[in-house]
Amino acid sequence: MKALEIKNLYFRYDKETVLENINFSLEDKKFMAIIGPNGGGKTTLLKLILGFLKPYKGEIKIYGKSPQEISELIGYVPQHTNFSLDIPITVFDIVLQGRLKKGKFFYDKLDREKAEEVLKTLKIEKFKNRKIKDLSGGQRQKVLIARALVSEPKIIVMDEPTSAIDPTGQKEILDLIENLDITRIVVSHDIKILLRKVDKIAFINKKAVIHEGPKLNIPNDKHFCEIELIEFLKDESCGI
Amino acid sequence: MWDLIGNSVYAGILISIAIGIIGSLIVINKATAITGSIAHGSFGGIGIGIFLGVNILLSTTLFTLVLALLLAVITIYYKHRSDSLIGVIWALGMSVGIIFLNLTPGYNADALSYLFGNILLIENGDIFMMVGVDLLLLISIIILYNRFLAMSYDIDFLKVRGINGSLLYTYFLILTSLTVVMSVRAIGIILILALFTIPPLIAEKFTRKFYQMMILSSVLSAVFIIGGILISYFYDLAPTPVIVILAAAGLFLSMLKKD
Ligand SMILES: Nc1ncnc2c1ncn2[C@@H]1O[C@H](COP(=O)(O)OP(=O)(O)OP(=O)(O)O)[C@@H](O)[C@H]1O
Ligand SMILES: [Mg+2]
Repeated sequence: MKALEIKNLYFRYDKETVLENINFSLEDKKFMAIIGPNGGGKTTLLKLILGFLKPYKGEIKIYGKSPQEISELIGYVPQHTNFSLDIPITVFDIVLQGRLKKGKFFYDKLDREKAEEVLKTLKIEKFKNRKIKDLSGGQRQKVLIARALVSEPKIIVMDEPTSAIDPTGQKEILDLIENLDITRIVVSHDIKILLRKVDKIAFINKKAVIHEGPKLNIPNDKHFCEIELIEFLKDESCGI
Repeated sequence: MWDLIGNSVYAGILISIAIGIIGSLIVINKATAITGSIAHGSFGGIGIGIFLGVNILLSTTLFTLVLALLLAVITIYYKHRSDSLIGVIWALGMSVGIIFLNLTPGYNADALSYLFGNILLIENGDIFMMVGVDLLLLISIIILYNRFLAMSYDIDFLKVRGINGSLLYTYFLILTSLTVVMSVRAIGIILILALFTIPPLIAEKFTRKFYQMMILSSVLSAVFIIGGILISYFYDLAPTPVIVILAAAGLFLSMLKKD
């Protein structure tokens, strides 16, 4: 069964069409990168996959089910990390939130163990009892990744998980994503993601152009130049 | 002396428990304007109650519950314009109250007493309502603590986890409106907002966990309220303003602490 299947997807906010005829699918445990210009519709696409938004037309299936039906198995790392920082809440509290689900109100021993484990994997266990406010932007981003992973999702959706992170941290996070044994969909502004072992790439700017991995050779790929693409791709890769 | 202030001290403690819970949630959810809107809007329920000659706690409870639901719809579906719409509800409730008072024959000194309240004149009926609301708040926070905390930090994430964040937020506003109603006679419409938010604002600076914030807010508001009751009793002053001035002094003192 496909991890993700998007067919004839259209979306509009009020009168503005933001996504037009998007079609692609992704196999289980594969890694997909989504790139595209600001306002291209990347975050919108992720929100559709998460079931926050409903398609105007077309359909989205995740492991054969609708996003709403399967939300528990999706992990999500949002684009913006500056939530209400003044709240007295610790890193550990936030990570544990990933263990909440319908009908579950209290955390048990297993939840705490899982949270500890993820904190270790992301190398932020020493911040466990810190107030979230007292972390740097990059550290906060890792906390949100931990919150997404702690639910042991089958598919994880990340919206620019490395945007606030320094080069060393970016490498760490991309290494981690690369080695995760689940389905991954990662939006990034950073073209370096394409140098990773991505299985599929979507360029999204209202329409989508899909490229199948494993090795991508941008300069020679005429395909990418056919629709409005990111400026630097036009300049550097297509010679337009 | 205890005969005279005993009831108000009990009321003060019961209100403090509620402020610790609901006030802290109001502050961390940035729902101050919404609370102001519910508190001031509740005047509509008071006006209707006086006009119809029915139990005022009852009419105010029903009226503020309607306001809470309207405000929930506004914050969930009209987020981008919520600040203005919250102001509209605020004014609408007060206007309804004034119109119904106009329609009521005779002079209604009673209505004015709700604007500033008087904790020294609290009655048994008020105490019963406070006990009931406090129990509901305690049970709710024990069961929903983790959900409320997650909602306050990032409400969208609840949706990812398959939990209905909008419903939870609506429930939070319902609890807020019940707390407002139970405090109206003691604190008064105009100063409820200050009293609900100052203790949590202070507590927030000194705590690392949300439950600590709630407990500290309760203790602080008990200190301010009981202090205010004693001062106003001995110097024959209106209690609510004294309580608010004490609390504000506490807030300014706490601001000396750097983050
Ligand atoms: N809530 C909204 N209401 C109306 N229009 C919106 C809304 N959110 C986004 N848009 C519009 O939809 C388009 C796509 O936005 P989206 O956030 O999906 O872009 P993006 O590719 O994630 O951009 P970025 O790289 O800046 O994050 C933009 O033109 C934006 O103005
Ligand atoms: Mg975006």
